[in-house]
Amino acid sequence: MSVFFTLLKRDLAQLLLGGRRGGAVLPVLFFLAVAMLYPFAVGPDAPVLARTGGGVIWVAALLAAILPLDRLIEPDLELGMFDQWSLRGISEELLVAVRVLAHWLSFGPPLMLAALPASALVGIDGEKLWLVELGLLAGTPGLAALGVMVAAITAGLRGGAALGGLLAIPLAVPLLVFGAGSLAIGGESGLGLTAAFSLVLLAITPFAAGAAIRSGRGQ
Amino acid sequence: MPYRPQPMGTCRLSAADLACRRGDRLLFARLSFALESGAALQLAGSNGIGKSSLIRILAGLLAPFAGSVSREGAIALLDERPALDPHLPLGRALGFWQGIDGPADNDAVRLGLSDLMDVPVRYLSTGQKKRAALARMIGQKAPVWLLDEPLNGLDTKGVALVEELAAEHCRAGGIAVIASHQPFALPGMQRIEMKDFAL
Repeated sequence: MSVFFTLLKRDLAQLLLGGRRGGAVLPVLFFLAVAMLYPFAVGPDAPVLARTGGGVIWVAALLAAILPLDRLIEPDLELGMFDQWSLRGISEELLVAVRVLAHWLSFGPPLMLAALPASALVGIDGEKLWLVELGLLAGTPGLAALGVMVAAITAGLRGGAALGGLLAIPLAVPLLVFGAGSLAIGGESGLGLTAAFSLVLLAITPFAAGAAIRSGRGQ
Repeated sequence: MPYRPQPMGTCRLSAADLACRRGDRLLFARLSFALESGAALQLAGSNGIGKSSLIRILAGLLAPFAGSVSREGAIALLDERPALDPHLPLGRALGFWQGIDGPADNDAVRLGLSDLMDVPVRYLSTGQKKRAALARMIGQKAPVWLLDEPLNGLDTKGVALVEELAAEHCRAGGIAVIASHQPFALPGMQRIEMKDFAL
């Protein structure tokens, strides 16, 4: 258990605080910037903004989740950390699970907070704002898992960061469809499906990413 | 406080008929040895002959193309990557590993690191990084040491220190495998010339 917390502490220090690498601040600012640009592009038509704003918030959340992909796995591979953990019998699955948790903590809750001003910018309030927040709560863990999985698969490849983004976007489409869809009619079923897809991603990521890290070692 | 090696438990490291393939090239084949507690082995040979690959195979990080390795006892690996967070002060970077390996005296004074504990790892010189990685490895308290080019970047005093640490480790019952193209002085050390097994 103490190994778990030692690892989580280190991952959080890198991903949430991030030092000179930006930490959680950059994705949140990016998210807010997209939400801010949208009314400028579409024009100050309140009904249109309110109807389409939820979708924009979801697209912005997805893109913000992709931003830190290249510092999720690769830096530790280059440092030789994964080899040292492996020698100590710490499984890649545990390392990945801890990293998913740290990655989610560093962008999920901050994004949910930033969704409040972002919703105000596109004219979403009341019950619909509540649905946006619940949807992000259900969807961001899946985005975090997907990010770590794709980062592990593309770590060490040439142009890994750009390739990672390209790989993650299509896989995130179900989250986007159900999450943004929950803002239309019959919200609850959309939320349920978002959460379900999130859980699938959370369940397979430790094994998929762990296998990717192990097989990358043989190269 | 000086580093006093604890008596190691039983440890063993043996390789049987190892072969290693990188890409479509067979680097070496039919390599066998057996090391008991207290033994040291130098893997000697020029660059690219497969010393590092052999070290990674012995560590279990790389699958051999043929043959098998049997290990008894925990393994510590020192290679060209220090595995210390570059942006953290050295003390905290080493502290992370102590959180995992348990508190230990990693011999900072003797390694000449005691004044560097507040310096971020990325500002350390090549030799200082190597010393820091040695401190990390000592703190692990593993009976089997795998050292991949441990002398790279070290000055003559550093070289003597590594030789001394390895000798003490073996006297305490540990095993040391040293892959190096440079001469490494260690009493009673066996030596494998990699070119004898190259194809």
